[in-house]
Amino acid sequence: MSDPRMTPRDHSVGAPLWLLAELTYRCPLQCPYCSNPLDFAAHRDELSTDEWIETMRQARAMGAVQLGFSGGEPLVRDDLEALVAEARQLGFYTNLITSGLGLDEARIVALREAGLDHIQISLQAGDAEVAAAVAGSPKAHAKKLAMARAVKSAGYPMVLNVVLHRHNIDDLDAIIALCDDLGADAVELANCQMYGWAQLNRAGLLPSRAQIEAAEATTARWRETLAARGRDMRLLFVVPDYHEDRPKACMGGWGAIFMTVAPDGTVLPCHSARDLPMRFPRVPEHSLAAIWYESAAFNRFRGDAWMPAPCRDCDERHQDHGGCRCQAYLLTGDLSATDPVCDRSPDHHLIEAARAEADGEARSLGELVSRNARESRVFCRG
Amino acid sequence: MNVATVYRLKPGWRLQWEEAQGRHVLLYPEGMVQLNDSAGAVLGLLDGERDLAAVLAALRQRYPEADEGLERDVHDFVADALHQGWIRETEAT
Repeated sequence: MSDPRMTPRDHSVGAPLWLLAELTYRCPLQCPYCSNPLDFAAHRDELSTDEWIETMRQARAMGAVQLGFSGGEPLVRDDLEALVAEARQLGFYTNLITSGLGLDEARIVALREAGLDHIQISLQAGDAEVAAAVAGSPKAHAKKLAMARAVKSAGYPMVLNVVLHRHNIDDLDAIIALCDDLGADAVELANCQMYGWAQLNRAGLLPSRAQIEAAEATTARWRETLAARGRDMRLLFVVPDYHEDRPKACMGGWGAIFMTVAPDGTVLPCHSARDLPMRFPRVPEHSLAAIWYESAAFNRFRGDAWMPAPCRDCDERHQDHGGCRCQAYLLTGDLSATDPVCDRSPDHHLIEAARAEADGEARSLGELVSRNARESRVFCRG
Repeated sequence: MNVATVYRLKPGWRLQWEEAQGRHVLLYPEGMVQLNDSAGAVLGLLDGERDLAAVLAALRQRYPEADEGLERDVHDFVADALHQGWIRETEAT
């Protein structure tokens, strides 16, 4: 159900700059840290080509300029080329965020001709065996490598994204070497964020402090090596916030610069918010502008009037905006709570307990719950 | 810095005027640099064809009131843009 409630517009609210278009929840892979909602199988409707075009047009008119085509696997949609062409025509910088499955040389050319600016391919590991265990597909890794090479030779800037967790982070040296070999322009070494399926599998994913420190040292060593070689491959290492003492300024703030449109048109302030006990409005029932500026959902955590203690009296409340609402809810059951990552939070012991768990024995890769429709139905609400 | 050097944006990056923001932005994979007027004007001239001398001449023509600090400011900006990875020297052909 979408939430139709609207509130008066606050004219201090800026425009959205980023639109993430989750074209579909369908995906050939089953990564156990997927950011899609646990009950994705309950949301099978997808906006039509025309509805996506109208949504992009409205977002662009509001000022959005970065556009990510994501999913699920966006290549599952056979109108992707048409959507890219329209987006580019509108003036978006167009990013395809893909597993690489569903890509081939012909499609790379067709997307290029449609005006696609950038393809980001995700890798699960540095070697085929771990990659297969993570993604649930024995052939995916080789396919991804072939497609990464094809994307590079087609002239796109290539960013590789590797989600790090306790079962692959110790192989970081080999992972970076592989990205170097593939000719990446940049590599996102993104420690798994604990939402959706990742939160479900947290005990088997969160790396220990020692693993994080070793990975940071490996990254620093690689940066020196690359610089010495004059090789321009940027390494972005994203620390898991479970190992921090201050929360991240999630999405730059709730409803500040970013919006996600889910496959069925539900508009969210981030791609994890669907797991919150809230209802969000949908396009095309409402215009994007009404949703962004006037919906009760988007206005709920703007500003600081909603903040509890200790955030409300904290000097840093306008830097981190109280942290992440999804994380606060997932850990405490209260979506208005201070993000427990903060060591001033009364719930910070929950983070410390998760760290202690990560320093001990953990679930093996084979024990993680795979992200697929069968497992998802367990979470679907009647 | 050699005034005969020719610069261009990093491949796949795009300079664009954003009406909604009232400024030029530099767009790159999943990111954006919001530029002030002078940065936008200089980057717009780093087109892979003009050398730095021609860029300076074009800026002189466009901003005749600019003082003698213009050259130094442009050199500093180009050095910084190179360091940030926004631009590259074009390969000699």
